[in-house]
Amino acid sequence: MTRLLASLLIALRALMVNKMRSTLTMLGIIIGVGAVIAMIAVGSGAKKRIAEQIASMGSNLLIVLSGSSTSGGLRFGSGTVPTLTVDDAEAISAELPAVKYVAPSQRGGVQIVFGNQNWSTIAEGSTPEILSIREWPLQSGRNFTQQDLDGATKVCLLGETVVENLFGGIDPIGQIVRIKKVPFTVIGVLASKGQSTWGQDQDDMIFVPLTTGQKRLFGMQFPGMVRSIAVQARSPEVMKEVEDQINGLLRQRHRIPSNQENDFTVRNLTEIMSTAEQSASVMSLLLGAIASISLIVGGIGIMNIMLVSVTERTREIGIRIAVGAKGRDILLQFLIESMVLSLIGGTIGIGLGVVGTLILAKFTQWPTLFSIEAILLAFLFSSLVGIFFGFYPARKASLLNPIEALRYE
Amino acid sequence: MDSLIQVQDLVKVYSLGEVEVRALQGVSLSIDQGEFVAIMGASGSGKSTFMNILGFLDQPTSGQYLLENINGENLSRDELAEIRNRKIGFVFQGFNLLSRTAALENVELPLVYAGTSASKRKEMAEKALSAVGLKGREHHHPNQLSGGEQQRVAIARALVNQPSILLADEPTGNLDSKTSEEIMGIFQRLNREMGITIIMITHEPDIASFAKRVIHFRDGKIVDDHRNSAQSLAGGGK
Repeated sequence: MTRLLASLLIALRALMVNKMRSTLTMLGIIIGVGAVIAMIAVGSGAKKRIAEQIASMGSNLLIVLSGSSTSGGLRFGSGTVPTLTVDDAEAISAELPAVKYVAPSQRGGVQIVFGNQNWSTIAEGSTPEILSIREWPLQSGRNFTQQDLDGATKVCLLGETVVENLFGGIDPIGQIVRIKKVPFTVIGVLASKGQSTWGQDQDDMIFVPLTTGQKRLFGMQFPGMVRSIAVQARSPEVMKEVEDQINGLLRQRHRIPSNQENDFTVRNLTEIMSTAEQSASVMSLLLGAIASISLIVGGIGIMNIMLVSVTERTREIGIRIAVGAKGRDILLQFLIESMVLSLIGGTIGIGLGVVGTLILAKFTQWPTLFSIEAILLAFLFSSLVGIFFGFYPARKASLLNPIEALRYE
Repeated sequence: MDSLIQVQDLVKVYSLGEVEVRALQGVSLSIDQGEFVAIMGASGSGKSTFMNILGFLDQPTSGQYLLENINGENLSRDELAEIRNRKIGFVFQGFNLLSRTAALENVELPLVYAGTSASKRKEMAEKALSAVGLKGREHHHPNQLSGGEQQRVAIARALVNQPSILLADEPTGNLDSKTSEEIMGIFQRLNREMGITIIMITHEPDIASFAKRVIHFRDGKIVDDHRNSAQSLAGGGK
């Protein structure tokens, strides 16, 4: 213990003697650790944002879109021809046990008027389950019910953006708005969801009961038809299974021969999002790896300086060995020196990384996330760099021949 | 009783590439506790090689060297370091003090490697420094001390562990004659009052005349080994 303490003091003093050199050597580690911290923070921030977006979209979500069509040689996209019915939705709900909720919906652009304000938005007609499926809570009021659906009552739920544009500070609950000139009672306001992954304002919409929408808003070109069916599976594991089952069930119900393509499309949104999440993970890994390289370069800087230091202090080492220093005393002395360099560098680097990330986040609006694990990891890594790159010079010092070392000029 | 140092047929051969240099060619002698020996010889006579072997810094090619019946032949580097630490004090021509380090800490150095506690170290180092007349200069750095004072710090460092022998390699080589005499006076006093065994290399007869016994080396062999009579002893033996 006494020897360890003595070695520590010797190392600290040696570093103090060459302040400029020690500082420059540390700079390599400071930049390396700082870069690792900043890159991991940016990477995990991006990952976290994507994860939040997945959660806001609703988990285990499948969207069945009605089919594409060809008309006069022109092919139209999914959802342009209503091939899905409310009955399809009920069949999915009734026949597939792995399905938790099903919500058929139809949507269309509407003009909505309150008092002397008006706003153009999207109205989605659906069943009450749609809010559960999309994991969309209400900030006030109530959801519409099966009775509203059965009775096609003229009630609506408003998104945050719509409320802001129509009601200047007035509580919208219970107010009457006109949607396509039809009076609707506002029964609930949706919680804000913010922008989607694609930059779309998710709060710029309203919900109405599907039946009401079909009767009053969307026109009744094809009665009983819906544009899409949102399906929530019971768990992420059964997503694929449910997707296949929906395909099978709908092909059967739509009597599609095996040689023809589906007249509907099943989209696994969670899968798309998890791909995005994976690429974010790869990105943060890559950023971390690049930053680690600078840490290694910093380590090589330490090794370089330690080698110079050992050569410079050959005579000192000779004296120490002559008066009874054992190999491990010398090894420890130089190892502690390089470790102190890298640990102090690492500590400053963590501070610099955190401050740098905060500045970066302020100017670029990037989401960033610090984790204790990343900071500890960087700290651990920097001390390992100290040991690893300090070992060779330290060992070299400990193996010096005292006679030659004492003669060294 | 066995002698403190017993050397038997010591041979040391260096091979410098193709050429073999026979630095020691069969040296035998014994030195008793309390002796003050000067080893003389021209450069290349093998006296430095002999000193390195005595100090367990080097191993002989053949022959035997016993210090207090300890044979260093089959010992590891670390075991040799421990023997040097406990049994041998070195004084070098170039002082070999750690620069930028206070005198006291220089003297403490062997105790650090012996694992002595900090308070004990300080006490012992202060005692050693006052034994060489440097009381009050404990916190001076080597560059603030004269050559003679630096060499006295080195002597204090060599003594601090209470070693069996003190090995001095041309201790006055870098000093003027007046300072050299002071250093020799310290050696004589340590030898006489504390009974410390001193073996000293020098090529100056004036300096050798301070020792009780003078051994001459030539071409790796002892050619002369005589004792100075009390009358001829420089410094008047005081």
